[in-house]
Amino acid sequence: MSTTVLEGKNIVRDYHIGGGLFTGPRTVHAVKGVSFTVDKGKTLAIVGESGCGKSTLARIITLIDPATSGELFIDGNKVDIARGGLTKEMRRKVQIVFQNPYGSLNPRQKIGDVLGEPLLINTDKPAAERRDLAMKMLKKVGLGHEHYNRYPHMFSGGQRQRIAIARALMLNPSLLVLDEPVSALDLSVQAQVLNLLADLQDEFQLTYVFISHDLSVVRYIADDVMVMYFGEAVEYGSRDEVFSDPKHSYTRTLFAATPRADVASIKARLAKKAA
Amino acid sequence: MTNEGPATIEAATVVKPQDARLQMFAEFWHYFSVNKGAVIGLFVFALLILIALFAPLLAPHSPDDQFRDFFLTPPAWQAGGNAQFLLGTDAVGRDILSRLIYGSRFSLAIGFVVVTSALISGVVLGLLAGYCRGWVDTLIMRIMDIILAFPSLLLALVLVAVLGPGLVNAMIAIAFVLQPHFARLTRAAVMAEKNREYVISAKVAGASHLRLMLVTILPNCIAPLIVQATLSFSNAILEAAALGFLGMGAQPPTPEWGTMLAEAREFILRAWWVVTFPGLAILITVFAINLIGDGLRDALDPKLKRS
Amino acid sequence: MSLLEIKNLTVSFDTAAGPFMAVQGIDLSIEPREVLAIVGESGSGKSVAMLAVMGLLPNTATVKADRMAFDGVDLLKLSPSERRKIVGKDISMIFQEPIASLNPCFTVGFQIEEVLRFHMGMDRAQRRARAIELMKLVGIADPEERLSSFPHQMSGGQCQRVMIAIAIACNPKLLIADEPTTALDVTIQKQILDLLVSLQAKYGMGLIMITHNMGVVAETADRVIVQYKGRKMEEADVLSLFESPKSNYTRALLSALPENAVGDRLPTVSDMLFEPAPSAAGASA
Repeated sequence: MSTTVLEGKNIVRDYHIGGGLFTGPRTVHAVKGVSFTVDKGKTLAIVGESGCGKSTLARIITLIDPATSGELFIDGNKVDIARGGLTKEMRRKVQIVFQNPYGSLNPRQKIGDVLGEPLLINTDKPAAERRDLAMKMLKKVGLGHEHYNRYPHMFSGGQRQRIAIARALMLNPSLLVLDEPVSALDLSVQAQVLNLLADLQDEFQLTYVFISHDLSVVRYIADDVMVMYFGEAVEYGSRDEVFSDPKHSYTRTLFAATPRADVASIKARLAKKAA
Repeated sequence: MTNEGPATIEAATVVKPQDARLQMFAEFWHYFSVNKGAVIGLFVFALLILIALFAPLLAPHSPDDQFRDFFLTPPAWQAGGNAQFLLGTDAVGRDILSRLIYGSRFSLAIGFVVVTSALISGVVLGLLAGYCRGWVDTLIMRIMDIILAFPSLLLALVLVAVLGPGLVNAMIAIAFVLQPHFARLTRAAVMAEKNREYVISAKVAGASHLRLMLVTILPNCIAPLIVQATLSFSNAILEAAALGFLGMGAQPPTPEWGTMLAEAREFILRAWWVVTFPGLAILITVFAINLIGDGLRDALDPKLKRS
Repeated sequence: MSLLEIKNLTVSFDTAAGPFMAVQGIDLSIEPREVLAIVGESGSGKSVAMLAVMGLLPNTATVKADRMAFDGVDLLKLSPSERRKIVGKDISMIFQEPIASLNPCFTVGFQIEEVLRFHMGMDRAQRRARAIELMKLVGIADPEERLSSFPHQMSGGQCQRVMIAIAIACNPKLLIADEPTTALDVTIQKQILDLLVSLQAKYGMGLIMITHNMGVVAETADRVIVQYKGRKMEEADVLSLFESPKSNYTRALLSALPENAVGDRLPTVSDMLFEPAPSAAGASA
């Protein structure tokens, strides 16, 4: 029997843009009533193009920004950061990994401090214990002890993304929001990071919300897929349903636009060109 | 490509924290030393600090000793000069070289005190304004705008007139006038850093506002502040000299360079050395510090872009 | 005769840590009417080689080559001013960031006409007519009106179309596209790729696509060069590259594609015990 870790009901987010000299104030509907549920140990992928509201939704799920309306449940508890403060207990349940591995680590902080900081803030663990836990986590994400005292600029993009994942896991969260975690990485490094994410999910029974624009990655990693278009979830279902039988015309456009790197489609293209 | 197979991780040399610091410094020095002017400036400035530290050993006379037989003696190499007074004497028979050497202490002290106090208050205000935004930002920045709207020397002059002339009050006035530059710079840097992903990550990890401001954001804003601090250092010396010249700064017989200029005003036509040497001292110091500032800007700015 | 022929190109940069070899002995040639893709991951030197051809590298770069000829003209022997007459007219280039590639202070019409004035010496009316024609050609609706828009008033895809219009304004013989669709959404990417390929076929240009995306290669190229750390790993026509890759590196890259995933985990490049063999560059030519 599976337990639901994350549930969103009718989530709406509006931005109010103050009026300029000649224009009145406007309201932009970034997210228009989106609902979803994710079970423990599963991955929900949110797919869409730039400006579709997927990153706004990620920030709402991560409890960074409040939703304008709608209800968000994490581990069965209703969370509303606009009203009432956020307890430390809730805060540590959701963590995030960002797209840009070069911006997500503090350039003046050593890796050991990057990993130790969440523990320092949230727990009373002594320094020695924090250090041990950080070392263990470094090992988990495929780095070594010798990396503990280095600064972020000494690492490659893929290694930094590993560190960002390690930091997110330091507090044993139940939900990890991954905002385009492999989009900025080279193909071979992307494969390594995707493998790492899959390994960690198996080991800790982690629940992922995976934001991406890359359908091939989504097809590889997701259990459920939600396609967003101008703030609306136009398609929502299991991976196989969505990929084998897309209902919405936008989903079909998206599939058709994705470049295919298989031999059959190259042959087809070359044949068409020769004709 | 970023190959990060086990082989590369193994092969990478194990870097100790001290080595990492050393390496960062070496890199900084590489970019700084490309700018030859900056290195010369640094050398001159170091010399100046040494002179200020060892003033009693270096100065041939006490700065306040009046030699009644040697009023307005020209420098040693001119006709009528005296080897005892290398750069000549002033209207009351004090050795100019000695006064300049002791004066360097005042100039450096003014620079340090003014820059430190302006830096601290400016950074605190800028950090608050940039982090909180909203009405706090508006309030702080409008006050800064008002301070900036006055000609700086005029404002300093008014403040000294209110507080009473003297070196300490002059320093307070100058720090007050320079402080908005730091506040603005800090605010701009904080606003740029505030929405970077590492700050959001720290927030998601549960960091408090104070921790975000001081531990997470502030250390990443210091590079432009260092440059501004160097340039303000020379500005402070210049303004202190100007206030001294107007009789509102250090009071005679303090051997402050600006005050020395003021005392020499009536002898400009008769004895060129009484104005030239203090003037040169101010010029060389300010020039050297500005050169350092330029070098720092070159060395620190690309660093910011790379990290 | 090849349109562009490069033999043994080496580019090195002076850095704080000593010289850095970005490109090490690359041979490359492209025929007229051919689409050549240069594939590689970051740091493979794929852009640097083309920037060297264009003469767009900074002063810290040292470019050496045994031969670098465009359409029979030896580029190495040209003076900078003679070179400028070729670059931008007969060879032109489009870049990854379409919005950053346009000057935000001028209208797109002005920026298209500027190229026409500099290289073609057209008068005002001719320039305007040609600019409208170009805008139509790259598929921008209402070209007359759009000429007076500023770059920030257009979307990324439209800006890239304008960049293409500028690039083909002087009927170049060779168009170099450096990651032209990386900053764009997939649906826009598809449109831009289709546009580039159709323009290439229509005007018989040579087209060099620099990309890291295997999908883009599969959808556009006739022939492919795979680069790694400044060296050429493999050169093959597109079908045989995907059907039977010769070098280990290419094979590893293809198997790292998520759509080619077999089972639960992806094979990675380091799993393939990949060794960059210097001889691979010569062997595949």
